[in-house]
Amino acid sequence: MTQSAFTAAGIPAALREAGEARHRLGVAGYFACFKGIVWREVLRYLHQRERFLSALVRPLIWLFIFAAGFRQTLGVSIIPPYETYVLYEEFIAPGLIAMILLFNAMQSSLSMVYDRETGTMRTLLVSPFPRSFLLLSKLLGGVSVALLQAYAFMFVAWFWGIQPPPITELKLFTFYDPPTWLGGALEKMTEPVITPLFAIPSVLQPFAGYVTVIPAIILAGLMLGSLALFMSSVIRQLENFAGVMNFVIFPMFFASSALYPLWRIREASPLLYEICRLNPFTYAVELTRFGLYGQVDTVSLAVVVGCTIVFLAAAVFAYNPSKGLIARRGGPGGSA
Amino acid sequence: MSTTSLTETDRTPALIVNNVSHSFGDKKVLDNVSLTVEQGAFVVLLGLNGAGKSTLFSLITRLYDNVSGEIFIRGFDVRRRPSQALQRLGVVFQSRTLDVDLSLMQNLKYHAALHGFSNREAANRASQALDLVGLLDRSNDKVRSLSGGQTRRVEIARSMMHHPGLLLLDEATVGLDLGSREGVVKIVRDLVAKERLGVLWATHLMDEVARTDQVVILHKGVVLFNGTVPVLLSQTGAANVREAFRSLTGTQAAIEEAA
Repeated sequence: MTQSAFTAAGIPAALREAGEARHRLGVAGYFACFKGIVWREVLRYLHQRERFLSALVRPLIWLFIFAAGFRQTLGVSIIPPYETYVLYEEFIAPGLIAMILLFNAMQSSLSMVYDRETGTMRTLLVSPFPRSFLLLSKLLGGVSVALLQAYAFMFVAWFWGIQPPPITELKLFTFYDPPTWLGGALEKMTEPVITPLFAIPSVLQPFAGYVTVIPAIILAGLMLGSLALFMSSVIRQLENFAGVMNFVIFPMFFASSALYPLWRIREASPLLYEICRLNPFTYAVELTRFGLYGQVDTVSLAVVVGCTIVFLAAAVFAYNPSKGLIARRGGPGGSA
Repeated sequence: MSTTSLTETDRTPALIVNNVSHSFGDKKVLDNVSLTVEQGAFVVLLGLNGAGKSTLFSLITRLYDNVSGEIFIRGFDVRRRPSQALQRLGVVFQSRTLDVDLSLMQNLKYHAALHGFSNREAANRASQALDLVGLLDRSNDKVRSLSGGQTRRVEIARSMMHHPGLLLLDEATVGLDLGSREGVVKIVRDLVAKERLGVLWATHLMDEVARTDQVVILHKGVVLFNGTVPVLLSQTGAANVREAFRSLTGTQAAIEEAA
């Protein structure tokens, strides 16, 4: 079939010399590499229409059906960052954005397990750039896709009337309620401390929430992405999405503040309350929630940043050629 | 075991593997493997599935580090100077590495970016590499629309964009029909002749060995033979490479069927 004449034209001499006098991996090289990796993730996403649609439909089902049904069942009291009573739809919107991040991270983790077998991951890892840089770029590529998905969701939700209120100023919000098992080792704050940071020009106030949420989404996406990246190196055979759904996504999503405020859970079960507070996903949700209201929840910020560092270090370690798990296990796609 | 410090000169071999052993747990997969690929040499690495070829490739591509012995790509130690070594390495993996939903050009630009080339230079290099494998006119088509042999040729173009000194191919012709196989082999042989490229071609298909090639026979992690085809035949007294392979390894199983 492909027996056509091959034009083995040879590489022009000038170019060959340029190749021999090696390209320096300078700052421009790093930037080109980063851009290439992120752009590939976005391109791939835009070419997979089903993935785009399912990523959008999933949170919308929760918003339009689940939330509508639960609105009357579950009263949400005024808790920060809310200053008035809010509809249940408005309460779960940040949780659903975090759910988008969670699904996206787990999906990209699965695709990395799959990639390991198809060789896409191998070609990434033979790049001459440092491996930690390559993995971080890949993560940020995934986060860019998640950001697109989150905006598509917020866009539809806007028409449904789920909009963050106008924001007059950016505030730091600090309230710390240490877990009971710490036994008072840390002092509890009884009243939240709110520190105004700066005022937002009145023209921008109605849309400010859509901007202030961006850093929260990026950070939360990085945290979940690095957790997933670590999982992709540990999990060897992950045949389908069902396992990840049952053992990672559902427990993380339901044992968090995504669907119900934590004080409600505390009333139901103190143990479950403690579990929710140990779940990093809770802090991803809260960071997003406060972000939409132009506030930075310092406790959530600290937990998310801390977890990102730990998970990312674990993932980089797992992919480290001399120490990592891949070396011990015999590498992608089997041994020998 | 210490090798004198090698610098990149015209005569530096494309690849030196020196006394490399590797184990997974108690299982020794590579036992004191040494081989050299000179510039402009086409070296066939012959071995059955499980002979240790993939492990050797994982070590050369630095998926994980060699714990004993040394590996040099154009004089650069893969473990100590991975960045310089990997800049001089091109790999065609057995499994596919292209995104079928993206065009040839989009795929190649991504891989050029992995080597730090700016968008514009990436486009130039991608066009040149596609021209090299005779697929320049398809550059805006999706990879999905290509045949198996054409996809392999794009993989070769991908691995050549940064003009490596060493090209590794892992079972590059698996799953191709005879015509496409010959086409792929011809392209790589032409590259060896024209670019003074060193090629390490891993395969279990004996008929891909030409009479002038250097052959390395790897069996159960041990190099059983390392030399040219005429030497292989005279040493074993065999009529062809297949028979020589069988008499060296003692395997009766037909090699071709192992595919």
